[in-house]
Amino acid sequence: MKPIKPIVLTALVVFAALIVYGIGHLPDRASPDAPPNTEESAVGTPNAAAYYIENAYTDADTPNMVTVTLADYRGFDTLGETTVIFAAGLACALILRSRRRE
Amino acid sequence: MREHYADRIVALSARLVTPFIQLFALYVIFHGHYSPGGGFQGGAMLAASFLLIRLSIGTDAAQLQFQRSWGTPGGSIGTLVFLGVGVVVLFFGANYLDYAGLPLGLPEPELRNLGILFVELGVAVAVTATLTAIYDDLVGEKPELHHAGLEEQATKTEEADQMAASPGEEPEARDGAVGA
Repeated sequence: MKPIKPIVLTALVVFAALIVYGIGHLPDRASPDAPPNTEESAVGTPNAAAYYIENAYTDADTPNMVTVTLADYRGFDTLGETTVIFAAGLACALILRSRRRE
Repeated sequence: MREHYADRIVALSARLVTPFIQLFALYVIFHGHYSPGGGFQGGAMLAASFLLIRLSIGTDAAQLQFQRSWGTPGGSIGTLVFLGVGVVVLFFGANYLDYAGLPLGLPEPELRNLGILFVELGVAVAVTATLTAIYDDLVGEKPELHHAGLEEQATKTEEADQMAASPGEEPEARDGAVGA
């Protein structure tokens, strides 16, 4: 195994220190003051997550707010996911089927 | 098709379990409004039930359940259902994928509820068909050499039978067989 160059080692140590320093300043995942859990962002604009939680049931008559978010508020994203799966199946068909015919 | 049964116990238990898997998959799809689940998860479970049958009794016998040629069309239909709901809504004055524009004459929340159901059904069909199609593509089609070999054997035994029946008129008999 080749010895690690001193400059690479320094860079790695500096990045590790930065990451550890950053992790220490992250808010608690369940904290009500964490930016994703507040109604307003730090800049003063309304947060999407709070809107979804408050209005999912009245907007779509559906108790499962995850489903409402996935299929209604973020329907375009789910459409992309479906297209990706379909494209994967199509790629498998094109590659594997054509190879067998030769 | 009897030769495809690797083991009767495996085949029987797979056939016994499959309906329950499919029922639970449908429950996951249609109950996605009220509990964890939805099109992706239910579709994957439905595909798993098809693959279980394919693995246990062979792809040829499983054609009765889900044919090899349904994979790619099924994936297209599912994706088109999703796209179609979005496009239909466009013609009734709403934004793309805004289910409130569905022309069904219901209050807006119920329209959104139905729209989510349609979309989840499309996703379920697409995922089921695509996963099954990927398995079928990996396994490959019925090897044609095997088939050709069988036919060759059949004709050979036929010729042998004819030769045994009439050893003197061999060329004519062969012509007749080819003509037929």
